[in-house]
Amino acid sequence: MLLIPCPFCAMDRPEAEFRHAGEAHLTRPPDPAAADDAAWADFLYHRANPRGVIAERWRHVHGCGRFINVLRDTVSDRILASYRPGEKRP
Amino acid sequence: MRFSLLSLLRESLRGHRGWPAQWRDASPKPAYDVVIVGAGGHGLATAYYLAAECGLRNIAVVEKGWLGGGNTARNTTVIRSNYLWEESEAIYEHSMKLWQDLSHALNYNVMYSPRGVMMLAHTVHDMQVIRRHVHANRLAGIDNELLSPREAQAFCPILNIGRDIRYPVLGAALQRRGGTARHDAVAWGYARAASALGVDIIQNCPVTGLRRQQDGAIAGVETARGFIAAPKIGVVAAGHSSVLMAMAGVRMPLESFPLQALVSEPVKSVMPCVVMSNTIHAYMSQSDKGELVIGAGTDAYPSYSQAGGLHIASDTLEAVCELFPTLRRLRMMRSWGGIVDVTPDRSPIIGRTPVPGLFVNCGWGTGGFKATPGSGHVFAHTIAKGEPHPIAAPFTLDRFRTGRLIDEAAAAAVAH
Ligand SMILES: Cc1cc2nc3c(=O)[nH]c(=O)nc-3n(C[C@H](O)[C@H](O)[C@H](O)COP(=O)(O)OP(=O)(O)OC[C@H]3O[C@@H](n4cnc5c(N)ncnc54)[C@H](O)[C@@H]3O)c2cc1C
Ligand SMILES: [Zn+2]
Repeated sequence: MLLIPCPFCAMDRPEAEFRHAGEAHLTRPPDPAAADDAAWADFLYHRANPRGVIAERWRHVHGCGRFINVLRDTVSDRILASYRPGEKRP
Repeated sequence: MRFSLLSLLRESLRGHRGWPAQWRDASPKPAYDVVIVGAGGHGLATAYYLAAECGLRNIAVVEKGWLGGGNTARNTTVIRSNYLWEESEAIYEHSMKLWQDLSHALNYNVMYSPRGVMMLAHTVHDMQVIRRHVHANRLAGIDNELLSPREAQAFCPILNIGRDIRYPVLGAALQRRGGTARHDAVAWGYARAASALGVDIIQNCPVTGLRRQQDGAIAGVETARGFIAAPKIGVVAAGHSSVLMAMAGVRMPLESFPLQALVSEPVKSVMPCVVMSNTIHAYMSQSDKGELVIGAGTDAYPSYSQAGGLHIASDTLEAVCELFPTLRRLRMMRSWGGIVDVTPDRSPIIGRTPVPGLFVNCGWGTGGFKATPGSGHVFAHTIAKGEPHPIAAPFTLDRFRTGRLIDEAAAAAVAH
């Protein structure tokens, strides 16, 4: 079980308090009507799925209830950083 | 060398010292007609059917570790074909038919055992889902029957059908032709048969790059043992498919998750069939050695750690203890994880890619072992012809753009 540092609660909390919410920093096509099917497929379905560092969202459902961003190494599962949504990826 | 009753008798008298190596451990040649990346069951089956049915002989299978050491070695070997949608029914049923004669076709005992796969329902929603599956399957001519809790217990006597557990058994769906096969034997059987037809199986040779020509078409693979040229490449790398496809600049609709399994200490025969429960993330069967083989769930987050969290396995064991109280004192001997490549609709991707000459077979997620023969068969034909085999045709990479998804996700929910 991961220990995830929540930037809002300023504490390391067990993974069981969180819900995973997928890859971070995916941006919805800014002009939806103008986006073609390929752009939608990219936003909805295609994922980097890196073997290495991933930026991902978690929601602290059994804590502050907020979405947070986390950098994690997907080979060692070590967490490198966590930061608030809207902040730049460190 | 062919296996026969006579050769078995002779070798048992000689202390089994006369068996030759079952396949050649090849070194890479500079070029092939087809290179398959990944010597799991699917990759080896692809190579075998390319050689056996498609008239190609100059084929290599390139594997970063040893053959059959990936998910092929790690899975819980459940085989069934009672999926919801017609496209899925077609491909899993195609596989089921091939399983039935596979030992004979390969002259290698893959220990296919159609002992019945029983899927439990614990909630009203589960019952509705199971009914829908049974009806859909029967319309497609695939056997699947609805059982009452009593009938389920008659089929698997150690099942607890008491009403006083957290998730009581309300009913079950049974596919009698479903069952298990010996995972290693499947990889070894295909490797042996492919090697005998001239396929080079190159182990300990990680692919590190996919080289493309000026016009964008595939040129070959960069490996730890040098460049290998090939006009056609099939990537069959399970959990590492995104990593390989990224080498050719193709983004995939995949996420890789650890999926775990465990085996208990061996005991006498107590479990005559396979029992699965999606709701409580547990499935179980008993191996011929007597170990109970237990499948758990995936972790919540994508990872390549090949381990998985302990809380996932312990959740499953708690459920197993409630469903099979007689097993409560059993000790677990080993647990492990494999990395499974999951698509948004939980259906595989088989076919062409935007890169000419580059083919992919992936996205089998938590449930591809059962499809090994059928997957290899239709993928071989797809590579040989350069266009999809009819059964593979719906499973394109392009479906995520067109929206023609084959949504087994809602249907199966978790493991299959
Ligand atoms: C715990 C667990 C339980 C499961 N239970 C079931 C079940 O009961 N029933 C069922 O139907 N399915 C089950 N599955 C799923 C099933 O195991 C997979 O869908 C299936 O084995 C995938 O087939 P494969 O041959 O492609 O995979 P693999 O055997 O994983 O083959 C892929 C190969 O590609 C190689 N590779 C990766 N990267 C490279 C590279 N860069 N260069 C060269 N080679 C590379 C790997 O080393 C590996 O050998 C389970 C999986 C797990 C992990
Ligand atoms: Zn918090």
